[in-house]
Amino acid sequence: MHIPVSHKILNQQFWLTTDRTMYWEEEKALIVSDLHFGKTGHFRKSGIAIPASVYKEDLQRLVVQIQYFQPRELIIVGDMFHSHANKELELFLKWRSDLSDIKIKLIRGNHDVLEEGWYENAGIQLSPLTLSMHQFHFVHDITDLPGRKEKITKGKEVSYCFSGHIHPGIRIQGSGRQSLCFPCFYFGKKYAVLPAFSRFTGVAMIYPEAEEEVFAIVDQELIRLQ
Amino acid sequence: MLKDSIGYKVILSWFHSKGIQPFDFQEETWMHIIDKHSGLVNAPTGCGKTFSVFLGALIDFINDNPDNYKSKSRNHLRLLWITPLRALAKDIGRAMREVIDDLGMQWQVGIRNGDTETNERQKQIRQMPEVLIITPESLHLLLAQKNYPDVFKNLKILAVDEWHELLGSKRGVQVELAISRIVHLVDRSQMTVDSPENRQLSSANRQLSVWGISATIGNLDQAQEVLTSPILDKIKSPPVIVKAKLDKRIEIESVFPDEIEKYPWAGHLGIKLVHKVIPIIENSRTTLIFINTRGMSERWYQEILNVAPELAGAVALHHGSIDMELRLWVEESLHSGKLKAVVCTSSLDLGVDFRPVETVIQVGSPKGVARFLQRAGRSGHQPGELSKIYFLPTHSLELVEAAALKSAMKENFIESREPMLLCFDVLIQYLGTLAIGEGFFPDIIFKEISSTYCFREIKNEEWLEILHFITEGGEALQQYDEYRKVEIINGLYKITSRRIAMRHRIHIGTIVSDSMMKVKFLSGGYVGVIEEYFISRLNPGDIFTLAGRNLEFLMIKEMTAIVKKSNAKKSIVPSWNGGRMPLSANLGYMLRKKFNEVHHLLGTRNTENADIELRKLKPLFELQQSLSHVPRENELLIEQIETSDGIHLFVYPFEGRLVHQAMAALLAFRISRILPISFSFAMNDYGFELLSDQPIPLDDSNVYEIFSGEGLTADIQRSINSAEMARRKFRDVAVIGGLIFQGYPGEYKKTKHLQSSAGLLFNVFSEYDPGNLLLRQAYHEVMEQEMEEARLRNMLDRISKSKIILRFPDRLTPFCFPIKVDSMREDLSSEKLEDRVKKMQQQLVRDTDKKRVK
Repeated sequence: MHIPVSHKILNQQFWLTTDRTMYWEEEKALIVSDLHFGKTGHFRKSGIAIPASVYKEDLQRLVVQIQYFQPRELIIVGDMFHSHANKELELFLKWRSDLSDIKIKLIRGNHDVLEEGWYENAGIQLSPLTLSMHQFHFVHDITDLPGRKEKITKGKEVSYCFSGHIHPGIRIQGSGRQSLCFPCFYFGKKYAVLPAFSRFTGVAMIYPEAEEEVFAIVDQELIRLQ
Repeated sequence: MLKDSIGYKVILSWFHSKGIQPFDFQEETWMHIIDKHSGLVNAPTGCGKTFSVFLGALIDFINDNPDNYKSKSRNHLRLLWITPLRALAKDIGRAMREVIDDLGMQWQVGIRNGDTETNERQKQIRQMPEVLIITPESLHLLLAQKNYPDVFKNLKILAVDEWHELLGSKRGVQVELAISRIVHLVDRSQMTVDSPENRQLSSANRQLSVWGISATIGNLDQAQEVLTSPILDKIKSPPVIVKAKLDKRIEIESVFPDEIEKYPWAGHLGIKLVHKVIPIIENSRTTLIFINTRGMSERWYQEILNVAPELAGAVALHHGSIDMELRLWVEESLHSGKLKAVVCTSSLDLGVDFRPVETVIQVGSPKGVARFLQRAGRSGHQPGELSKIYFLPTHSLELVEAAALKSAMKENFIESREPMLLCFDVLIQYLGTLAIGEGFFPDIIFKEISSTYCFREIKNEEWLEILHFITEGGEALQQYDEYRKVEIINGLYKITSRRIAMRHRIHIGTIVSDSMMKVKFLSGGYVGVIEEYFISRLNPGDIFTLAGRNLEFLMIKEMTAIVKKSNAKKSIVPSWNGGRMPLSANLGYMLRKKFNEVHHLLGTRNTENADIELRKLKPLFELQQSLSHVPRENELLIEQIETSDGIHLFVYPFEGRLVHQAMAALLAFRISRILPISFSFAMNDYGFELLSDQPIPLDDSNVYEIFSGEGLTADIQRSINSAEMARRKFRDVAVIGGLIFQGYPGEYKKTKHLQSSAGLLFNVFSEYDPGNLLLRQAYHEVMEQEMEEARLRNMLDRISKSKIILRFPDRLTPFCFPIKVDSMREDLSSEKLEDRVKKMQQQLVRDTDKKRVK
């Protein structure tokens, strides 16, 4: 595994990895978004032959992350499961029972369409729209959060929001007509957008403003762009 | 034999009743048809090619039923007529019905394509008409029906119209596969006849003939071979080619700029000749103006209206991104002669005849002889009538092309259409199609597909891989896998899931359009469609041009680009992905030959025999010759020129943009092995440029080695980023192969969880299943089509036999100028580009003037 990159927000210590995860040191929480578990299975069941190994590797990558950071809990910022239950989710349940010590908190995303009992059964604590921890909020789609344009203030306390959903990507233009795009972490002034964890996801381009920070995930390296 | 038959006599008297005589090629075709032969009819559009095969089918039927041919009805399907264009079906059907009515026969003519209503389709299945006009896609849909074998049990003739259009495309492969199936079906239906005498009788009667109808192409023999390949082992006499010896008269006239030297030598500045076009439009009933790209057609349309505002309302624009309804309106107005002129792209190359069209203008290089002839043929669309076409160059050197085209036409030197080989994506789709209908047995189908030209080289392990792909999703069976598409039930390969079957049906076809986005006004009102790719690069507030309007981009809402009208003067003209056809090998060859004649011209005062285009360009050639050299047919010219930009190496193989692109990368790679050096490159259809900031180590001692064909494949792979090219190709392959589900029409939501982009799939397969056969095919297509590997090889071969002329001119030459301009396009905005071009050009003109003073 490559060395995580440090990033501080509101005096809290976060670590960003090229495996599209973020570790929150003070809370011992591993934060990921858009895992889309079961997506390859969903496609294959419909006759579209996506290599199923994508999903298995995603699960393994998550194990490696958990072994490295030894988090107390896993915070998933939505879209943990791609669609309805299928056999790939049975594989997830087996995976879950092997890692039953870790707490999983899921903020429901638009893809999380399973019945509530299913999550309960899988030991997943489900939050319907947002989850708040100290001065931090988690929401799947930032546009679902009212007043997102302003800093969210409770009394005098300043807060910050983490989101997912859009699978952010950034385009890097070279000389001539060359341009390449990469998944990225986006840190705006008031909120962040995390990259999609699953390798079977595309990206949506973002166009950051000057003072916002972006880390592009280029192969095995995180490159800070601005 | 033919002339004694009653059928012939009936048809001949029909001809006489119309006051006409059949053409020789028609009678020849009829003769072959009653003898149950198969083959290809070579005839141009608009001279009775339909009647060659269709009337043959009638004669055959009348001969079979001499006493009751008029009253006999419900004869099942006898003639299957495959046509590439929906729009053609109606016209053809009408012409056929006329004859049937005149003869008092009971035959029905049905049309089956995307426009056919569902109840009409069902009626056809219950009671097939004698003639069915169908597109390749609809034919495959028919093969996806249960009981489809019944449809073909009485079929006598399978005809493929416009075969030259289908050949060389994946639609052609679809036709090959369908033929292989139907031929086999007709074969099998013979077996079901019980008594031996009957069998003998019926086997003579039930012999299926396959006929193609094709315009002239360079490889007619091969076209015939591809078409009849599946039937070859079932027929007694070899397939034939019937040629119509009808010459179509075509007159080419070049539009010359007033002053050749001052004429801007940059690609997109040709629009300045627009004032020369107005009188041509005015003097002709209806004019078609062919422009090579959609972007340029937008600019021409606006420019024509700027220069001749009185033409407003009488000029229209027609290209692939314009709303379908608007396009249909333009086509109808063309038909009825309401329009004075239409600015169009290849969107009007094919299709129904527009009789009012008297004149055609080709702006810029037509890139190929066949395409030019086809466009010329859009005017004077009657047998015997003269076709008039004007050629308007976009840079002065292009005038040589007009001269080359004239010669090519005289010598009938027309391009070939290379058939596509081993299209696994089409095969995978086809197997799915069979699996939702009756299901299939692999052994039988393997034999059938191996009989087609496309798949005759398929290896057994490739076939097994394909079967594995459609039944198990390309992976060994695993515990948590639920892959489901084709199931094996008692050896029969079948799709049982209704959902999967329905999705497959919707996706049958091989025409993959770019993903397009609708463009609408904020106030409502539909403008047209545009590539998502283009819109994704716009920022709100940007102005672009579509359908002749300047539009301001506001936002994207529900997969629609919302715009408002803009009065801004400047706008971005979208560069659409089409229109990047390279110069054909034939035209390149003719161009090189023309430069031989230039030498002749330069050495003499007596220029009368030379082409007018070459005579007009004489000052330009003189400048080229004095600065550098005009290459002869057996020479390759290389110029090394130093400017403030660096050291330029210009090479002129005249082999088309794609070959030059590959060649430039290859050359750069090979030179960089001699010495560490970096290049940037630019190319056009005539040559390419390598630019470096240091001297380029290329001289007489190593030049042949650098251009050697040895180690070509390996060097190409090392020098070109084929992954990027394959990524683009993969979209088509993935859609055809059923990996990308584009959703049900108007039902976005339900299938949301099955959406993925081709780019994402490409990444996933490259990483997790690099040996995947669709992925391999994408790479293969890149080599064949994007790199034109075969042509590249031929070119290197030719160069090895020719003389390489290395020159070091002290300034830019007329030959290198258009390439130089192209190369600047990459890093400068268009406005600055024009200024810069003007400046450079003034420099050149001053040089010539100086010379004259001397």
